[in-house]
Amino acid sequence: MDLATFLVQCLNAVQYGLLLFLVASGLTLIFGIMGVINLAHGSFYMLGAYLAFALAPLFGDWFVTRLAVGVLLAFAFGYLLEWVFFSFLYERDHLQQVLMTYALILVFEESRSLLVGNDVHGVAAPSWLAGGFELGGLMQYPWYRVFSSVACIVVALALYAVVNRTRLGMMIRAGASNRDMVRGLGVDIRLLYRIVFAGGVALAALAGMIAAPLSSVYPGMGGSVLIICFVVVVIGGIGSITGALVASLLVGFVDTFGKVFFAEWSGVGVYLLMAVVLVWRPEGLMKRGI
Amino acid sequence: MASDALTEGPAADVGALPDIARREAGGWRVPAAAVLAIALLPLVVSPYGIDLVLRIAVYAIFALSLELLVGAAGLVSLGHAAFLGIGAYATVLGSGDSGGSVAWLLPLAVITAAAYALFAGALSLRTRGVYFIMVTLAFSQMAYFVLHDTQVGGGSDGIFLYVKPVLQFAGTTWLDLDDRLTLYYTVLGALVATYLFLSVLLDSRFGHALAGIRVNEQRMRAAGFSTYLYKLAAFVIAGALAGVAGFLLAAKDGAVNPELLSWHESGAVLLMLILGGIGSLRGAVIGAAAFVLLKELYQSQAIVGPLADHWQMTLGLTIIVFVAVLPRGLIGLGQRLRGKAP
Repeated sequence: MDLATFLVQCLNAVQYGLLLFLVASGLTLIFGIMGVINLAHGSFYMLGAYLAFALAPLFGDWFVTRLAVGVLLAFAFGYLLEWVFFSFLYERDHLQQVLMTYALILVFEESRSLLVGNDVHGVAAPSWLAGGFELGGLMQYPWYRVFSSVACIVVALALYAVVNRTRLGMMIRAGASNRDMVRGLGVDIRLLYRIVFAGGVALAALAGMIAAPLSSVYPGMGGSVLIICFVVVVIGGIGSITGALVASLLVGFVDTFGKVFFAEWSGVGVYLLMAVVLVWRPEGLMKRGI
Repeated sequence: MASDALTEGPAADVGALPDIARREAGGWRVPAAAVLAIALLPLVVSPYGIDLVLRIAVYAIFALSLELLVGAAGLVSLGHAAFLGIGAYATVLGSGDSGGSVAWLLPLAVITAAAYALFAGALSLRTRGVYFIMVTLAFSQMAYFVLHDTQVGGGSDGIFLYVKPVLQFAGTTWLDLDDRLTLYYTVLGALVATYLFLSVLLDSRFGHALAGIRVNEQRMRAAGFSTYLYKLAAFVIAGALAGVAGFLLAAKDGAVNPELLSWHESGAVLLMLILGGIGSLRGAVIGAAAFVLLKELYQSQAIVGPLADHWQMTLGLTIIVFVAVLPRGLIGLGQRLRGKAP
């Protein structure tokens, strides 16, 4: 492997890892703060991708506007969903949550099939991000992937700022470390939950919208992302955003380079990584650090 | 759980966990009658009905094996399909092109599944709670990807079982699983045997120790039990029983594919337990039947008409309603109707 190929693979790994981080950060917050095992989180990624597909004709090259509108729609959707389906689940057993969110996956998949059909769709990248830059003379690295990484970094920084520098973030951090105490101090925990949940949905949908031009839009796309994100959350430590970031990048590198070096055995790599980490640290890399 | 503890006090919460001694308090008459009815079923129903009952029985064995982990030991595994799939693959790979004997194919399936369970269990039992759920999932995904991406087991298409297992002894064929009726009674026998084995096991010292670990592991350790080994033993036994289900599934379908090991399957068997009601062997069987029948009903063009194309929607909504109104599963509904439970 020459240097240019190596660099391209590294960029791919970072780009994939950061995209995973967007989905996983929402999942880890919902997990850590609300204590809900949300199997349906992958569906929100799918929702984002299909939103990108549906909104594409309306906005044309106004790509960033399209993303913003999509995020708002997803936030509203998440807010409603929490209100209708999740608000009565908190006091229940974990198993019931698994059952409920599994059922939601079925419902979402079927709704997708009813609304958009079962075809694979492509979503074009905006024309101002077409092409790529030269790398080592022979290789070309697409601008859209660069945009994807930069966008994810911006969102990650914004998330960091919100969680660590605002009053809402303070409540979120407090909620992650001691739920009952926060409730005891008079914080409206229901509203907090609703916002965190909707925020997680919006993040996952944003990831789906950014990923749509890269991976195309297809049925069942939520499932694989969901499982990988669970791996990320568990490696990073449940409830820890920093842990999720470290773990997503690790998973990104293991997955990308596994495909280069081991080809057909590559699917195993990520899970092997998770097993090794958990044997070494049974509660993930950073437990509840945020 | 938490709401129960708030409204009824901590004692009621522990009481809600089924006590081993009165686990199967309903007596043996109902199950015996059910077995007899199922045994006589081939006289009256069509081959389609027989196939449906076969599927229910195989999944019931599979669900029972998970019940040992989830219900008895309190270990929620989201990777149980790995052992089902490994058992099925071992059967097909062991048969080769010329078929094989039940006498060694069944042990092969059981031992392979148990061996993987030993490996996965030894590592994943170091973690607990949600982490345990995820690590078991990871181990099943590993097995899934090995079978899906490599040519070990025919890749993503899977492989066919050309000749079904037989049991020959002293020149006579005792069992030929290619024959639908023979297979039917074999599966039924296996289900009864699994059920009896698990009820004896749960009533033994071992089963009581598992129940103790589920309720309070710390205390069991203080009492001198090496809880890790108990849990590992339960994990391996559950894996081995899932291997039995895998063997029967391969014999029934005559083919295997990697989807047998997918997390959807692991999720589905967990759903069966929750639907039926966790903490009772009977619940596992009822849950398996309910799940298979519901899916069959919603996929049937004849009964639900054009809705059959959208079975995921109807099944999903049904499960949501179940969660909302039946927190203790179908068994809980039965108890409530008889006025035994709140």
